[in-house]
Amino acid sequence: MASNFSIKHQPGFTAIAATCFIVLYLPIFVLVIYAFNAASSTSEWGGFSLKWFQSAYQNTQVIDATLRSFQIGAIAAVLSTIFATMAALATTRTASYPGLTFKYAAINQPLMVPEIVTGVALLIFFSRIKIFTGYSGIGYLVAAHTAFCIPFAYLPIRARLENMDLTLERAAADLYATPWKTFRRITLPLLWPGILAGLMLAFVISLDDVVITEFVKSGGQDTLPTYMLGQIRRGITPEINAISTAFLLLSVAIVTLFFFVSRKRD
Amino acid sequence: MATAEEVAKAAERRDVRDRWLLSAPALLVILFAATGPLLIVLVYSFLTPGAYGDVKWQFSGNAWTSVFLERDIFDDTLSLAAAHVTIFWRSIKLAVVTTLATLALGFPTAYFMATRSEKTRDLWLFLITIPFWTNLLIRTFAVLQIIRNEGIVNTILLKLGIVSAPVQILYTDTAILIGMAYVYLPLMVLPIYASMEKLDFRLVEAGYDLYATRFKVLRKIIFPLVKPGVIAGSILVFIPALGAYVTPSVLGGGKNMMLSNLIELQFGQGRNWPLGSALSITVMIIVMVALLAYVRNAGKSGVRHG
Repeated sequence: MASNFSIKHQPGFTAIAATCFIVLYLPIFVLVIYAFNAASSTSEWGGFSLKWFQSAYQNTQVIDATLRSFQIGAIAAVLSTIFATMAALATTRTASYPGLTFKYAAINQPLMVPEIVTGVALLIFFSRIKIFTGYSGIGYLVAAHTAFCIPFAYLPIRARLENMDLTLERAAADLYATPWKTFRRITLPLLWPGILAGLMLAFVISLDDVVITEFVKSGGQDTLPTYMLGQIRRGITPEINAISTAFLLLSVAIVTLFFFVSRKRD
Repeated sequence: MATAEEVAKAAERRDVRDRWLLSAPALLVILFAATGPLLIVLVYSFLTPGAYGDVKWQFSGNAWTSVFLERDIFDDTLSLAAAHVTIFWRSIKLAVVTTLATLALGFPTAYFMATRSEKTRDLWLFLITIPFWTNLLIRTFAVLQIIRNEGIVNTILLKLGIVSAPVQILYTDTAILIGMAYVYLPLMVLPIYASMEKLDFRLVEAGYDLYATRFKVLRKIIFPLVKPGVIAGSILVFIPALGAYVTPSVLGGGKNMMLSNLIELQFGQGRNWPLGSALSITVMIIVMVALLAYVRNAGKSGVRHG
């Protein structure tokens, strides 16, 4: 039937795509549903209940790990976004100059190395520093998270900058604005959506990290993901489902926000 | 007096200097907490293991020989370290199969997304982005609950009478494969979609006008045009899959070791930091080879749109 011929059709592709979307969401739905299970098993349904959320909330280890995750995530996200913004300003809207390619490679380097290798490297390096300085606080985790968040924060900021031309900045300079004033009044407001997107991305990436944290943390420095990994290895209770559900909600909220911020290009 | 040319040169120099100063904090943090320590790993791989972990500062090539070989404790002969070879082989195999599986599923999905109307495209993109930014551990945990013996998959199979006893999926290589394909699928879809979105369907139409079949259009027109996206997606899946730690730890149950577990072991009970370091560098080398192949391939496929 020539009249029905669609050039975009490929046999079976829609079915595969539909399967993919279902398969992507089904396990997450099941996980969320069992968070509300009154029974203490994760396979039989015992009625609706919020008791696992309550028990997670009363678990001091969970609260402790959550607060630590937020603390590390917030500091690492702010620091990496500031550094990434500066680096993005230094690597865009310019003719090529000596070292530019090196900078690109260096900034993206954390993306190129499997996390396990970075984790091991940091374990070795930081254990040396720990012996040397005697300091074993949260600073190591913050440093590690800041480092691997920089390439993620850098991405949207750089993308935003590349879509901004220099006309307005030049006009400001012509009107005797100091470089700082030009940055404050012109560049920063225009760049703001990119910075916000970078900040959120960095926060989510930091919050999600398991591997590097697992290798860098000292005793009693569990973040929420490493605490959960420990629990899952020991055996599962619906409490993990409840924690996961809360975590998921937060991620979805941040992603939604990110999506709207970064979609508002022009 | 300086000439105009000299003034311009000085301004340029100042600009480059300022740009270095601006990027210095980011570069220093990465040097301190990402790139720099990798060099220490390289040094450690040539040292002697300490009795309680860590190292003795004494040169030794043993760690490197024992990556693939093992020394017989009685007659000192070297033979292939079967355990290590098995783990390397399993890791590479699982990473490759994961990449192929995500490609087989991700390519049609990206195509489907890119052929929707402009308005709904954003919605599909959003749906693929959510799992992408959702905690990997949580998604792995979700898979674990589905494929357990008491999980929904086995419950349905039992109820339908397809099997009489639950199929043991969890704690097998299949479980790791399912888990990795599940968690890395968005990493494959997103770059392919990015290429696919720019696809010029007039070229597809031209293909049909010239009596190409659907399969031929797919193979000769669509695939070559989105190849950069396919390669990018494959690299994005292959690298984390090769070094995967969370998925094999949770779904493999400790029995089916992958490279990451083997490395972790050397820093834990194994107390052989030099071997752990040598293994880490080996993983890095495999990744670098894959990346180089990618860069060369991406450079070669000079197909342009329009």
